[in-house]
Amino acid sequence: MKFLSKCYIGLIFFLLYIPIVVLIVFSFNESGSLAEFSGFSFMWYEELFHDEEAFSALRNSLVLAVSSAAIATVLGTFGALGLHRMKRRYIKQPIMTLTNIPMMNPDIVTGVSMMLLFVAVATFLDTRDLFGFGTLLIAHVTFNLPYVILSVMPRFQQLDKSLSEAAQDLGCTPSKAFFKVELPEIIPGIVSGLMMSFTLSLDDFVISHFVSSPNFQTLPLYVYNQTAHNVKFSMYALSALIVAVILVILLVVNFAGSAADRKSRKGGRS
Amino acid sequence: MNKRFASLLLALLLLALPVLGLVSCDDGVGDTVTLYVYNWGEYMSDGSEGTLDVNEMFEEWYYETYGVRVKVNYSTYSSNESMYAKLSSGSVHYDVVVPSDYMIERMIAEDMLAELNYENMPHIGNIHPDFFGPDAIYDYYDPDNKYAVPYMYGMIGIIYNTTMVEADDPSLGSWQLMWDERHTGNILQFNNSRDAFGTAQYFLGLDVNSSDEAEWRKALEKLKEQKHVLQGYVMDEIFNKMENGSAAIAAYYAGDFLAMYENNEDLEFFYPAEGTNLYVDAMCIPKTSRNKEIAEAYIDFMLTEAPAVANAEYTYYASPNTVVRENEEYIEYMNSIKEGGYELMYNTDTVWTSSYKNLGGEQLIMFNELWEELKSDIQVGLPIYIICAVILVILIGGGTFLGVRKKIRDRY
Repeated sequence: MKFLSKCYIGLIFFLLYIPIVVLIVFSFNESGSLAEFSGFSFMWYEELFHDEEAFSALRNSLVLAVSSAAIATVLGTFGALGLHRMKRRYIKQPIMTLTNIPMMNPDIVTGVSMMLLFVAVATFLDTRDLFGFGTLLIAHVTFNLPYVILSVMPRFQQLDKSLSEAAQDLGCTPSKAFFKVELPEIIPGIVSGLMMSFTLSLDDFVISHFVSSPNFQTLPLYVYNQTAHNVKFSMYALSALIVAVILVILLVVNFAGSAADRKSRKGGRS
Repeated sequence: MNKRFASLLLALLLLALPVLGLVSCDDGVGDTVTLYVYNWGEYMSDGSEGTLDVNEMFEEWYYETYGVRVKVNYSTYSSNESMYAKLSSGSVHYDVVVPSDYMIERMIAEDMLAELNYENMPHIGNIHPDFFGPDAIYDYYDPDNKYAVPYMYGMIGIIYNTTMVEADDPSLGSWQLMWDERHTGNILQFNNSRDAFGTAQYFLGLDVNSSDEAEWRKALEKLKEQKHVLQGYVMDEIFNKMENGSAAIAAYYAGDFLAMYENNEDLEFFYPAEGTNLYVDAMCIPKTSRNKEIAEAYIDFMLTEAPAVANAEYTYYASPNTVVRENEEYIEYMNSIKEGGYELMYNTDTVWTSSYKNLGGEQLIMFNELWEELKSDIQVGLPIYIICAVILVILIGGGTFLGVRKKIRDRY
């Protein structure tokens, strides 16, 4: 039985990761063909590093991911705090549902509606340069927000109410109690929300496709548009690098989350 | 406010802010004019692998000639439809776009393109008279030559693997090869409705722009007949499948055949005797362009010898530019890819061709329905449904069983 279950796990992981493995292996292929593996080389990586367009797209993507994740995390944390403090259930529940809608919504619906909104605003303001970094940032913050709230909210709910009350008993002002007592407890939720939004924003294609402009191309858009004719092999290298980055970030998130958990548990015991 | 948290917050916001400034600085620095060019992916020489960067050349040339700094903002699209969607949404404004023939027709009909001023294009005469001018044969998309300057053109033919198709195969030279039962499971068809129907229409000798639904139905029947010999409907995957020999026969564009041949010398190519499709991609200026004169200078620059040759060598597609066609170095280059490569691309007078015209609204709906009909009865559907149903039944059954057992146990 144990052997069988191991086989099963092995099979599932094999199916999950084989496409990525193939991509990574062939990004090192010298001949630039999927037909045969002619030799190990960094040729496509080298070409990639000379591809200025790809690099400016990568830079744009990173800038966008960092800034949208940062803004979404700040807004989302305060949003979760507000939701947590809400007393009336009949208001709290509908608002929770409303914040979840952008998450459930298909990307394409969010993307098209965002585009229509921005086009309407652009006509209203009579400007032609509305689209670009600004619109992308707004769109990315919008779809990141529910994920931040989703990961911060449970931390608030786990929070022992009496802790904050004790702090206030001992002379803290309410805001001081929040920052000194509550915030350190919810930090793991905030960090995972931040990382989650960062990866989501880095990945996003559909929504970005609708709200971007030629002034500000993100990496997924750039890669997709390269596929019109035969795909450049440096794109394999690029995709392999993206996978590596995402992997590192996820590892960091997991370690950060579990380390913080352990720390807080220890603190609780002593 | 707690100092540490305040500084964290500040740091996060500060992280975001300079970015805003940085980005908004990117366009329109000083007197630099930005020219927005929207082209197919991998369709213009961009300086990779030792080729010429034609956009940079244009920027330098324009500064030297007019003393104005122009920055070319070059972005790419992967289909006519996505380009059209982007342009018509009104969210972006481009100065130069490169649609295919039928899309140009549609954009002219919808009043999206600006009329060109040929006084700003002294090199327009470089275009071969077959493609531009009063005697042009291939300017069906813009008969008055008001809106579009041909960039590249191409023809569809059949690519086959000589190790898998015998040299004396009776079907060679005809569309019949795509329907040949002896090659069942080794034939690739376009996953692009217009081109797929085209193969059947040319085979049957039908008009590819027919307004008669019965004729389209005939083509559909022919395509259904072909289904069981096909390996699949594909587009870009064709490169890998043909290069590594996992398929033997495929219809595709002549220029792309040369790109595949570079990786697999067993491949061969012919234009079917029944006739085939010729398409043209041309440079146009959308009405929303803000720098029409610079855009015209850009189009004209692409007609001059060095950039035109660089682009033709980069894409492998056929150039309508006489300066390119007569360029010794270019001819040599094409022949170095494959012996007779130049002939293959340009010595095509004996091939009967026609071109796709834009289908009107009702025709387009009918055509899309036919395509759906062809693709929908793919056999893979049923087993998937059965598997899903079985899994669902097992899950529900198992759940109820466990629930009931727990209840019975709880009772005692």
